[in-house]
Amino acid sequence: MKRLFAASAVALIASLTAAQAQTEIQWWHAMGGELGAKLEEITKGFNDSQDEFRIVPSYKGTYPETMTAAIAAFRAQQQPAIVQVFEVGTGTMMAAKGAIVPVHQLMTEQGANFDPASFLPAVVGYYTDTDGNMLSLPFNSSTPIVYYNKTMFEKAGLDPNTPPKTWAELEEFSTKIRDSGAGTCGFTTQWISWIQTENLSAWHNQPIGTEQNGFGGTSARLSLNGPVQVKHWANLKRLSDEGIFKYGGPVGGDNAAPMFYSQDCAMYMASSASRAGVVANAKDFEVGYGMLPYYDDVEGAPQNSIIGGATLWVLSGRPDEEYAGVAKFFEYLSSPEVQADWHQFSGYLPITQAAYDLGKQQGFYDKNPGSEVALQQITLNEPTENSKGLRFGSYVQIRGIIDEEFEQLLSGSKDAQGALDSVVGRGNALLEEFQAQNQ
Amino acid sequence: MKRTIFRNQLLPWLLLAPQLAITFVFFLWPAAQAVRQSFLRQDAFGISTQFVGLSNFKALWNSPEYLNSLQVTAVFAVMVTVLSMGFSLLLAVAVDRTIRSSSLYTTLLVWPYAVAPAVAGILWWFIFNPTIGIMPYVLDVVGYDWNHISSKTDALVLVVIASAWKQISYNFLFFVAGLQSIPASLREAAAIDGAGPVKRFFDITLPLLSPTTFFLLVVNIVYAMFDTFAVIDATTEGGPAQATNILVYKVYFDGFVGQNMGSSAAQSVVLMGIVIALTVIQFRYVEKKVAY
Repeated sequence: MKRLFAASAVALIASLTAAQAQTEIQWWHAMGGELGAKLEEITKGFNDSQDEFRIVPSYKGTYPETMTAAIAAFRAQQQPAIVQVFEVGTGTMMAAKGAIVPVHQLMTEQGANFDPASFLPAVVGYYTDTDGNMLSLPFNSSTPIVYYNKTMFEKAGLDPNTPPKTWAELEEFSTKIRDSGAGTCGFTTQWISWIQTENLSAWHNQPIGTEQNGFGGTSARLSLNGPVQVKHWANLKRLSDEGIFKYGGPVGGDNAAPMFYSQDCAMYMASSASRAGVVANAKDFEVGYGMLPYYDDVEGAPQNSIIGGATLWVLSGRPDEEYAGVAKFFEYLSSPEVQADWHQFSGYLPITQAAYDLGKQQGFYDKNPGSEVALQQITLNEPTENSKGLRFGSYVQIRGIIDEEFEQLLSGSKDAQGALDSVVGRGNALLEEFQAQNQ
Repeated sequence: MKRTIFRNQLLPWLLLAPQLAITFVFFLWPAAQAVRQSFLRQDAFGISTQFVGLSNFKALWNSPEYLNSLQVTAVFAVMVTVLSMGFSLLLAVAVDRTIRSSSLYTTLLVWPYAVAPAVAGILWWFIFNPTIGIMPYVLDVVGYDWNHISSKTDALVLVVIASAWKQISYNFLFFVAGLQSIPASLREAAAIDGAGPVKRFFDITLPLLSPTTFFLLVVNIVYAMFDTFAVIDATTEGGPAQATNILVYKVYFDGFVGQNMGSSAAQSVVLMGIVIALTVIQFRYVEKKVAY
């Protein structure tokens, strides 16, 4: 007994010293459920691969909660080294120059293996500055695509292997679906803001705001009340009145998915990361995948779609040895094996060309139809100033304004031009305040 | 009445110290911070700070969203107060008339008070959920298309019901106690004089219940304005189109989600003013003018 006790005491001391030698690095994230479990698995893979550093992931709730927690912690000087921030928080993070360590700078300073050219420009472009330097490491990125019900297409006498290419086709298909009795509505959508406004603009190479969609600095203002966006919103209103389009609610549009699953609507525009959910819920029908539709009379369309999701930001003010560990960890995260594994498990986009190639080599895209559409769509063309992404302060609120004004349009109290003018007017008031705060 | 006099000047302060410390740490200090912050303009991380005087307050009065929120809060508070007090008075009068089973009813009616506001919100959210709820199904039969996700009125009705329901127990307890303290002889005398039950209720019971009613009025308004945050957060999150964005929720949203600390602090200072005003009304008017 005594000997056992002594042995365990020795073991305890040994493990303590080992733990002391290790540098612990806090990583705050917003991935719950299965994604959270996968994230822990990835972290464990890194921790087991070496014994110098230990990444400690902590789940902090939703995206806004995680970001708020990190900001509050920074103000109290208790910040984690790594925090996962959603794409609409990019403007806020980037403006906080003293609070963050840009990823390109971190990797160079720590002498890490880092080749900017190896990343997919359509993914990392969203998180680079105007000189092309990477500010944060994309972790989970996705882009909207069209999911459609092949079984309903067949019933309506449409070719189940041809998704609509243009908005005119989409309207024509929808009318056929409704008139043939195959379904009660043509299409529904998640995210009016992200899909039907921001992505619509990028897909048609139209500006969302000035200063390269906000990449140029906090003096940027919204300009998404252009003719293409107005035409599109007016179209959505008309199609909604005709019953061809059904609104799924504000923010992520929680009611959209059930309408697609229950076979009321034949088409569903949603994040590529929703693929697993769609496949799991499409029990009585076959799912097809297509790119977002475009207006063929707009020059330059289709351009490329933009991403959503979250990235990993490095916060300043931690001890030096932690940054060495962060750089090592980012190297590990960017490796083709880890990227391909995460991408194939979650439906999020890989961030490097190597991970994409690895997936091709493994035959993943042949075995999982629809999983490549998103990648083809974001890499369709070299991103332009209008399709690189967007970066505005107070953007959580601005997205709320987009939803509110869209609801005003649907209820008939405003027309498309009036609603989008209001988005610009109200949004710019917030941007002016944001600029003043960050001077 | 015998008064205790402390010889030692220090002892009373020592005895008060724990309570004073708590008041200072949890009330005065944060309140002072809020007042200070309301005059500042700061970025989210607190890196750059500038003094802007009253401009955060000016911005509020020029903001249609804030004025809308004031209006929504007023409508919401009045509706919650009227609904929950009216309903609990009805229940209290009913229980007061029963003799043997009143304690059973009282026990059962107090239960909702133990439910956390967020849970109450979720509960009613389920009942009224347009896709899976039972109420929209019932309302559909009578020809009403319930949808609190897109209809402003429906959303407001939903949060009012959820908030009022939770407060009914509390009001009910006070009304029952108030009713029981009214001497039965008064009502009996009126009955002998030929007054009917309705006449007796309005001429005798209600006036004698006024201290309780006034107290509950203030408590309910304060409840509706400040304690219903969780109900809103769990059901509508202030939407659709700001229709249920009450002042307290807006403080949270602008500050914690929008990261606009200056405006959020200015809003909480305004709220602080409202609480102070309500408290003064309660002490000055309610406690003095209403005869117990």
